Amino acid sequence: MKILLTLIPILPLLGFLILSVPGGKIMRKWIAFIGPGMVGISALLTMIVGIAFLAAPPQGGAVSVTLWEWINTGGLTAPVAFRLDALSLVFIFVITFVGFLIHLYSVEFMADDEGYSRFFAYMNLFVSSMLILVLADNLLLLYLGWEGVGLCSYLLIGFWYRNPANGYAARKAFIITRIGDTAMIIGLFLLFLNLNTLNIQELMRLAPVKWGQDSSPAAWAAVLLLGGALGKSAQLPLQTWLPDAMAGPSPVSALIHAATMVTAGVYLIARTHVLFALAPSVQLTVAIIGALTLLLAGFSALTQHDLKRVLAYSTISQIGYMFLALGVGAWSAGIFHFMVHAFFKALLFLAGGAVILVLNEEHDIFKMGGLRKRLPVVFWTFLIGSASLAALPLITAGFYSKDQILWYAWSSAEGDPWLLAAGLAGAFLTSIYTFRLVFLVFFGETGTSPTHQPGRMMIIPMIILAVLSIGAGFIELPESLAHVQLFSGLLDTALPAVNVTHGNIPEVIFQLLAAIISVTGIYIAYLAYLKKPELGNLFNKTRLSEFFYSGWGFDRFYNALFVKPVVWLAEIDKTDFIDVFNTAVARLTLLFTRLLSLTQNGKLRWYIMGSAIGIVFILTILMNL
Amino acid sequence: MITVPVEIQILFAGLLFLMGLIGLLVRRNVIFMLMSIEVMFNSAGMVFVIAGAHWAQAEGQVMFIFMLAVTATEVSVALAIILQMFHHFKTLDVDELNKLKETD
Repeated sequence: MKILLTLIPILPLLGFLILSVPGGKIMRKWIAFIGPGMVGISALLTMIVGIAFLAAPPQGGAVSVTLWEWINTGGLTAPVAFRLDALSLVFIFVITFVGFLIHLYSVEFMADDEGYSRFFAYMNLFVSSMLILVLADNLLLLYLGWEGVGLCSYLLIGFWYRNPANGYAARKAFIITRIGDTAMIIGLFLLFLNLNTLNIQELMRLAPVKWGQDSSPAAWAAVLLLGGALGKSAQLPLQTWLPDAMAGPSPVSALIHAATMVTAGVYLIARTHVLFALAPSVQLTVAIIGALTLLLAGFSALTQHDLKRVLAYSTISQIGYMFLALGVGAWSAGIFHFMVHAFFKALLFLAGGAVILVLNEEHDIFKMGGLRKRLPVVFWTFLIGSASLAALPLITAGFYSKDQILWYAWSSAEGDPWLLAAGLAGAFLTSIYTFRLVFLVFFGETGTSPTHQPGRMMIIPMIILAVLSIGAGFIELPESLAHVQLFSGLLDTALPAVNVTHGNIPEVIFQLLAAIISVTGIYIAYLAYLKKPELGNLFNKTRLSEFFYSGWGFDRFYNALFVKPVVWLAEIDKTDFIDVFNTAVARLTLLFTRLLSLTQNGKLRWYIMGSAIGIVFILTILMNL
Repeated sequence: MITVPVEIQILFAGLLFLMGLIGLLVRRNVIFMLMSIEVMFNSAGMVFVIAGAHWAQAEGQVMFIFMLAVTATEVSVALAIILQMFHHFKTLDVDELNKLKETD
């Protein structure tokens, strides 16, 4: 089992090396075999390891493998060691399995792209880095994976690098997440300085011993780690990069910017939950940020024209739900929503990508329409994904995961009616913007017509994800319905159970409320975007809609607050003495070059003259010696 | 038999060399430049002969004969180049051939 566990992250890395070293000289047939194949074997190994893990839970709820000593100096030891517990198991399952499906989809989606092997090389590197991130046994190795996924995100957003806008989006994503990463590495320094180790288990054991409840170093460490999580997971105030990250190919959006990388922040907080438990004020901040983000992104999603941008804002909003769950101490509910979200959001991106592909890169949902009959499979899978996102009651997985979060937002010890209200409002927005998409793209008047049907390689992953978007909900049912707790039962070995204190109102009431809200939202979307489009248009014309469309003006605000002053400073500082000195050196060198180049005039007799004079010089010197 | 001092002999060879060099520098016609080079070669050969006579060694004259062979080869190659040059550029003026230079 230990060898298999080691192979899971190493195989995609091997795939990356095989694909990248020959520099794209491999035959396409082989690329399509190696890229998805390596991730496929990883997924298979994950299945085997997972079954072994569930059949015979190891001692202490975790399996550890130490490969080699990476850093060992001055008291700092950071081995390359993997540790698999229930939390990591859920993550590696989603990463390899959803990753494999998306790789399969890409075989056809990217078929005509000239950067075929580059694409799969980056994707494999991403999967490998993400697996290292979630399997890492110490925070330094986790940070390595963390930066690795950030790099791949950058490379893949700017994959079509010939368009400067894509390069800009890639740099924006990289720089904004960098702000969070800097906070995180400072957090790592702080932890090491105080606790003298970076091993996660040691840290979690030492932190409560060394730091009391509510102590300030614990709060600082939690805040700094939270900073990293906010950047990576595109939460308020660092959320502005994700909508622009849609410049990458659709499979990239599905894998990196929906299913896996953006939830790394959720993983980090869940992994270091002890620190957050020590600092209740920071944990409350997590919940508040989650609640604010899910509302803010929900409103923005309501006004976007670009199919992928709607989904991007929806991703920000759904990760807001996960943060809300983590903030109220409902760890396993947050992770459950992560898993379900990975399924349905990957599905939505794949189906949306298929629509965009067959419509010849048409992104505007107002130019689409009536695709229901023309792309039946895409329609049904997209509908299932949307239903799950909108939390359509009883049948979809999204309903069960979101309902759990809403219930704990009220009932847990850290819960609050305001958090619940934000969650419910967010759910309402979610079902409106989701079905706005469905009605505009697949119903109504016929828009741009598709050039061809998506092939089998694209359809099959979508169908599998559609089945999971429905079926994954049934492994964790609320007490009021059937009381199945397979998922939280598994996670309880790694994360503390939620502490329910406000349980005086039965959960059924909340479920009914959530169900009514979801269905009402769908009905409103039906009214405003299909039955009476003038209603939707009425809203589109308003200033408020413009404001939401621009993402609440965050881009403009940051531009005015940070970008402009820095550019201005650089502008006025162009001629300070260092610059003057540097340009002087350059000018002087240039002057000498000009002088010397005068002697190279192409006239043979001048050169002979030069040689003769040189010889006379040398002879004179020799004679004087 | 009057013997000329060796210094005068060397001075004569140097003068010959200088004549060749000046010819090389002032002439623009390649054929004359080639002839000037021949003059310089011969002045060098003369130094060999003078040195051989001065120390009564045969090597000086051997070297001169060897040098004759070398210059013969050199002249044949150089003449071929000059023929090609005239063929391509329709001129024998070296100053016309100044394309190989730094251009601003």
